[in-house]
Amino acid sequence: MTKIPSSDIDALAARHPGVIDRPLRQRFVPIAVALVVLAYVIGSLASFDVLRVLAGTRTDLVNLFFLDSYAHKIHVVRQLDKPDFVFSLEGSRFAIYDEQPSWFAVTGEETDIDLGSAGRVHIKGDVLEYYPLHEEAAYRIKFGPGLVPQLIEGQAPEWMRASDIQIDMRPSLFARIWITKSKIEIHRYFIGWENFWFDFESPLNGKTFSEISALAVSADRLDPSMANWQLILSEFWNNQEWQHGEVYYALLQTIIMALVGTLVAGILALPLAFAAAANINPVAAARFGIRRIFDVLRGLDTLIWSLIFIRAFGLGPLSGIFAIFTTDTGALGKLFSEAIENADRKQAEGIQATGASPVQKYRFGVFPQILPVFISQLLYFMESNTRSATVIGALGAGGIGLKLLETMRTRQDWENTAYIIALIILVVIAMDNMSGWLRRKLIEGAN
Amino acid sequence: MSAQATLSQNPRLREIGDAYARLSRNRSLYTLLLIVVCAVIIVGGFMVADEANSGSFWGGLSNFFDYPADIITGTYAAGWGWFAIVWGYMPFLVETINIAILSTILGFALGALLSFVASRNLVRNRVLVFCMRRIMDICRAFPELVIALVLVLSLGPTPLAAVIAVAFHTIGALAKLFSEVNENADMKPVDGLKSVGATWGQQMRFGVLPQVLPNFLSYGLLRLEINVRASAILGFVGAGGLGAELKKVVDWNYAADISAIIVLLVAAVIGIDYLSGWARRALIGKTGTI
Repeated sequence: MTKIPSSDIDALAARHPGVIDRPLRQRFVPIAVALVVLAYVIGSLASFDVLRVLAGTRTDLVNLFFLDSYAHKIHVVRQLDKPDFVFSLEGSRFAIYDEQPSWFAVTGEETDIDLGSAGRVHIKGDVLEYYPLHEEAAYRIKFGPGLVPQLIEGQAPEWMRASDIQIDMRPSLFARIWITKSKIEIHRYFIGWENFWFDFESPLNGKTFSEISALAVSADRLDPSMANWQLILSEFWNNQEWQHGEVYYALLQTIIMALVGTLVAGILALPLAFAAAANINPVAAARFGIRRIFDVLRGLDTLIWSLIFIRAFGLGPLSGIFAIFTTDTGALGKLFSEAIENADRKQAEGIQATGASPVQKYRFGVFPQILPVFISQLLYFMESNTRSATVIGALGAGGIGLKLLETMRTRQDWENTAYIIALIILVVIAMDNMSGWLRRKLIEGAN
Repeated sequence: MSAQATLSQNPRLREIGDAYARLSRNRSLYTLLLIVVCAVIIVGGFMVADEANSGSFWGGLSNFFDYPADIITGTYAAGWGWFAIVWGYMPFLVETINIAILSTILGFALGALLSFVASRNLVRNRVLVFCMRRIMDICRAFPELVIALVLVLSLGPTPLAAVIAVAFHTIGALAKLFSEVNENADMKPVDGLKSVGATWGQQMRFGVLPQVLPNFLSYGLLRLEINVRASAILGFVGAGGLGAELKKVVDWNYAADISAIIVLLVAAVIGIDYLSGWARRALIGKTGTI
């Protein structure tokens, strides 16, 4: 290892002033910029009242959302004035199981409910006992019609909330025991989406995959009016709880909004871009006018255009298509006209020298030069418009965005929300990959 | 004519001529196919959309100008008081712009950090790069609307929901662009720093960052423009700012207020467009890249 003598360092520093020994001001600038940015971030976070907002977060709703998006719960309910328990999915009156689940057992006066990893519940007479998993000691609760439920044995743990009308126990994320003056309600969660394929009303509900596939090829018709495979498809498509048919139709509308909107914008923008290019159109006033039209179309934004079109055409994807193509005609027109202005004159002149008409000159002399820009920008816009179409869908243009908003507003069908979100993300990723693939194919194929 | 005739006598040239004819035939076939596909998408799409729409296309065309006309007459009726209305919405505009700037800063910082780990030339570990890229893809694919809706539900109607939603999407979008910039960076400074024993962090800080920072900033400014629009739109689903006000006055049909907000919004978008364009040109002018 050789050491550089300090005299050499000084000589170097003298030869390149400001490199080795940077002036204080220059060294100070990045630090000052970082400090200003940091101060801005803290200041604006404070102006948004972050601490108060975070303190008021409905974590229960968020937890419920995440739990519900991958699990479903089965309610076991007994009205105290009736002898029997009722089993239902998510407490719906329309989704009541006819059969007792295997984790529920009645022997004489006693009822046993196995809550899996959350322990078990034992009911005898007017006493409910809850045994957490691996624990011998029970929490004993006395209940009765019109009586306030009472914890008669054991200390109330923190997951138990007792008031003068009810006792609410949530020993784990996957179980809840809730006793009031009039009913006992026990919820047990299971991982997975219930009835994703077929709803409760369907004759196919509860069948395993192998049973379904055997049915599909069997000749004995469940429904005399159609073949079994048709029945399977139609039962799936018309599933009342998951609404596959409606969801996919909404998804199709969103994709149509993005595709048609972008294509129409591209087709309209191309001739306008030629008219706005300085090397094509000699009339300066016309160029100026077209460029300002582009600015207005672009500047007003999809949001405002969709408001106007929704007023005119009503709620639905047609308004979405118009909103997208109006904005994008402006954006694409600007981009294309810049590309045309950057095109090389020589090719057009060469074509002209062969006696070509003006149309032929532009078609063979200019168009091939801007074609890669045209295609790649169109594909980029198509990709980003899939996302925009979801957004303006939620504003009223229909499609999957509106569907998403509907399922969220009910604050109940979180699994449907999760399903729609998953579909949106899949479509966005698919459009992303498809446009990348097409871009490579078309542009590299052209070269 | 005779020249062509003699050319076609030559078997090699004839072969080339045939190949050319075949190629151009294929080409026009593909072009035709593309045009047909586009036409089918447009016509079919319009039919599906027209059917799903609550109002029809032809009915809509005739009253297309009604709404803008209503707004303009309402604005005219407000007279000079309209300027007071515009001024009254200024705080909301500031809020929307704040949402955009804040989320761009957050997305920029996190996206830049992510991009260094997601560049193939800077990180040896293929698995790490793959995972980071997938994280990027997921951040990018999540529409802002979805995150904003979930957040509005849990946080209540607050601008913070928009900040987080837009920042999340920005991380993915910027990290992808940044990692492409990183992959084009000159590796010689990194090799030099490695040879004197710099840690990975130091290699990035002194070897890569100075090269890529101008491009990063340029992309960040572009993103700021997009984010101003996005944060205005997210206001519509309850995330505060000018969008939330616009939703309110649109529902109430206050024409003068609607035009005031639209003018503010468009002015802000165009203003930021120009500012960032100017700043980008200044940045690129200095470095001469991109």
